[in-house]
Amino acid sequence: MARLFPMRGGVHPEYRKELTSEKAIINLPLPDLLYIPLQQHVGAPSELLVAAGARVRKGQMLARSDGKVSTSQHAPTSGLIKAIGDITAPHPSGLPQPTILLEPDGADAWAELPEPIADPFSVDPKVIRERVAWAGIVGMGGAVFPAAVKLDLGNQYKIDTLVINGAECEPYITADDRIMQEHADEVMDGARIMARVLNAARVVVGIEDNKPQAIRAMQWAAEGFAEVSVMAVPARYPMGYAHELILAITGHETPAGKRTAEIGAVAYNVGTARAVAQAVRLGRPLISRVVTVSGGALRHPANLLAPIGARVADLIEYCGGFTLSPARLVIGGPMMGQPLPSLDIPVVKGTAGILALSAAEVGERPQSPCIRCGACIEACPVGLAPLEMAALIRKDNLEGAARLGVEDCIGCGSCSWICPSHIPLVQYFHYANGMLNHQEQERRRNERTKTLVEAHHLRLEKQAAAKQAAQAARKPSTPKAPNDKASA
Amino acid sequence: MSMTGVGPSAPFTHAPASVGRTMWLVLLALMPATAFNLYLFGWPAILLFAETLGACVAAEALCLVLADRPVGPTLADGSALVTGWLLALSLPPWAPWWTGVLGAVFAIPLAKHAFGGLGQNPFNPAMVARVALLVSFPVAMTAWVAPHPLFAANSPGFVEGLRITFGAGMPDTVSAATALGYIKTELTRGVPVSQSIQQTPDLLDMALGIEPGSLGETSMLLILAGGLFLLARGIISWHIPVGLTGSLFVIATLFHAINPDRFTSGVFHLTSGATLLGAFFIATDYVTSPVSKGGRLLFGIGCGLLIWVIRTFAGYPEGVAFAVLLMNAVSPIIDQYTRPRRFGRTRDGEPLPVKREP
Repeated sequence: MARLFPMRGGVHPEYRKELTSEKAIINLPLPDLLYIPLQQHVGAPSELLVAAGARVRKGQMLARSDGKVSTSQHAPTSGLIKAIGDITAPHPSGLPQPTILLEPDGADAWAELPEPIADPFSVDPKVIRERVAWAGIVGMGGAVFPAAVKLDLGNQYKIDTLVINGAECEPYITADDRIMQEHADEVMDGARIMARVLNAARVVVGIEDNKPQAIRAMQWAAEGFAEVSVMAVPARYPMGYAHELILAITGHETPAGKRTAEIGAVAYNVGTARAVAQAVRLGRPLISRVVTVSGGALRHPANLLAPIGARVADLIEYCGGFTLSPARLVIGGPMMGQPLPSLDIPVVKGTAGILALSAAEVGERPQSPCIRCGACIEACPVGLAPLEMAALIRKDNLEGAARLGVEDCIGCGSCSWICPSHIPLVQYFHYANGMLNHQEQERRRNERTKTLVEAHHLRLEKQAAAKQAAQAARKPSTPKAPNDKASA
Repeated sequence: MSMTGVGPSAPFTHAPASVGRTMWLVLLALMPATAFNLYLFGWPAILLFAETLGACVAAEALCLVLADRPVGPTLADGSALVTGWLLALSLPPWAPWWTGVLGAVFAIPLAKHAFGGLGQNPFNPAMVARVALLVSFPVAMTAWVAPHPLFAANSPGFVEGLRITFGAGMPDTVSAATALGYIKTELTRGVPVSQSIQQTPDLLDMALGIEPGSLGETSMLLILAGGLFLLARGIISWHIPVGLTGSLFVIATLFHAINPDRFTSGVFHLTSGATLLGAFFIATDYVTSPVSKGGRLLFGIGCGLLIWVIRTFAGYPEGVAFAVLLMNAVSPIIDQYTRPRRFGRTRDGEPLPVKREP
């Protein structure tokens, strides 16, 4: 096997993947109502194509990509558009956002889908890109960046390596693990199609070594494809962070503020690769995803194939509800996930997990003073000094924190996880970055105001000067008058 | 079904770590060496040890009450106990009771709470106390005894112990010199090291700790065992112990090779005084040492070199406490210059250049 390059920092949280790693993906029965937000991705919200009262069929586009970085939304099943309304979004703010309410009719009847692309390895790569864009595919590892936009990178940079991210380093989550075990061929197909579009010479599937079955399945699927290799990477959180995985696999460190493509690598999640294969081979849009529903407070943890728009409550109910009152409900993994603002929020394209955690699992404790043990420095995969930054932020010295690099924080939570004093370090950094962002916006706005005011003054001065000159021209007796600008 | 508000941010899981757990593991690691030395120096040592710990915990409680902070949970984190324990281990075993009480006053309110309590003090509280006592009461702080193991014929009983610790003090007849002290005294009288070293305990006794010395510093093997336990449990990293002992050993060996009549050997430096206690338990104090690995290595090396300089050239035969305090003073500067390189950036914080293989 090829050599792996060492990762910096990282931690070993308790993975607790055994709760669902042996559970095959099962289909969630269609709920009574689906809530499909217009924004499930990074970029501009989609532009609505349907109105309340419309009947739609499965796979029909409901909202289309609006802008360069945007994507489309499709109907996960056939039914009636009940309403378009503002529904609480799966976002930490808990703020409502425009959402399509779709009432399934139970027929689950497909719309007319685009033709399958029979030989994706000989068509114009543009065709594939257009298909991926049409299918509304986003990065399903949680980044939710429109996949088609990333497929363009091959035109701008020379891509050597397409990394397929099967690390799945978040505890509990086994969605990608199951996808690799059960649909390795589709993942491999999607990966190879994307490699062609990107013009990447090799494909490396990186999987944490705590998923031996997935590794075997992918190796088997890779057989016969010389350009593909499957690499077991050490199970060390946050190995799934694209920059870390690319470093581990290629040995290249992405320069700060640059894209991985600039060092010749692009990473896609395994779920994304599978979605690409389905869009290309079957002409199907992204209308469902695998969600791991797990946690110590849940009766029957499971890996569910849920239609986009199913409420969290639907999934939890299907899993038998709670055995005890959960201390925390989380969307995503426990390291980087968001607290659930409500059980009514829908599953979206980036939802890999829903966790109902018991108090023992959360391990919350009161904060105590920092004892400078330095564990956070060792844990930080970015090479920051969390304790020093937190001390500065506590004193509201945001500039000081910025000098120490708080803006480089990826929010992985390793520092908070390991801190023996239970200081919510990463929360400090989110706060600081929010404030710094805000200050920067403020500064820009002030600058713009200043320029406008200055321009205004200049204009007034010019007008005054012109007036004076005009007066002077009318009164030739004025001493200043004769040959000044007014005559020009 | 809707939940009230939004809780704190991720992570929603945590390492099984806490300040209290760390402190209690440190105490556990100190246990064997301490138990052995309490046995070795008998009742007066046991009484002094208990009374010093009590004084430190009481001082901590008082400070917390005055600062209006929670007393119970903070005491439970064990940090005052660790300070008291290390202070007691650094006292002469038959020292009078007031050294423990005064030491507690130096260590807890002055060296720790005056700076803001746990995590805020720039100097190691136990070492501040030891140095303040040593400078103020040089006689009481350098009155050593030869081992008087519990239940041995010459060992003072409980009542006699009470009299030594809380009453009349140590009888002059039992006083003995530490190896470091003996060699320094002989040197000032013109006796070369090569000759005076013959009179110090042999290597086996020094390793086992059967020699005069501070209350908890003599047993090299048991301290080493405790230190290795802390290393294995990840409570401390190897950087300070290796930096300290390594630099001390190298410089001592070097000078010993040049002039064995003037300089003691590297092995002697490692096995005598508080070298190992300092390397594993004192210099490694989180609060007062640098936070990064590189910084810790530098810090350890600095401690080792200073220990050698003080032992060799200064008026005091032992230099661990002084060396640690001096290095504590530069910890913030070391921290500033040993921050890790950030991902995707050069050491100066600039983005790495984009280089592509052809």
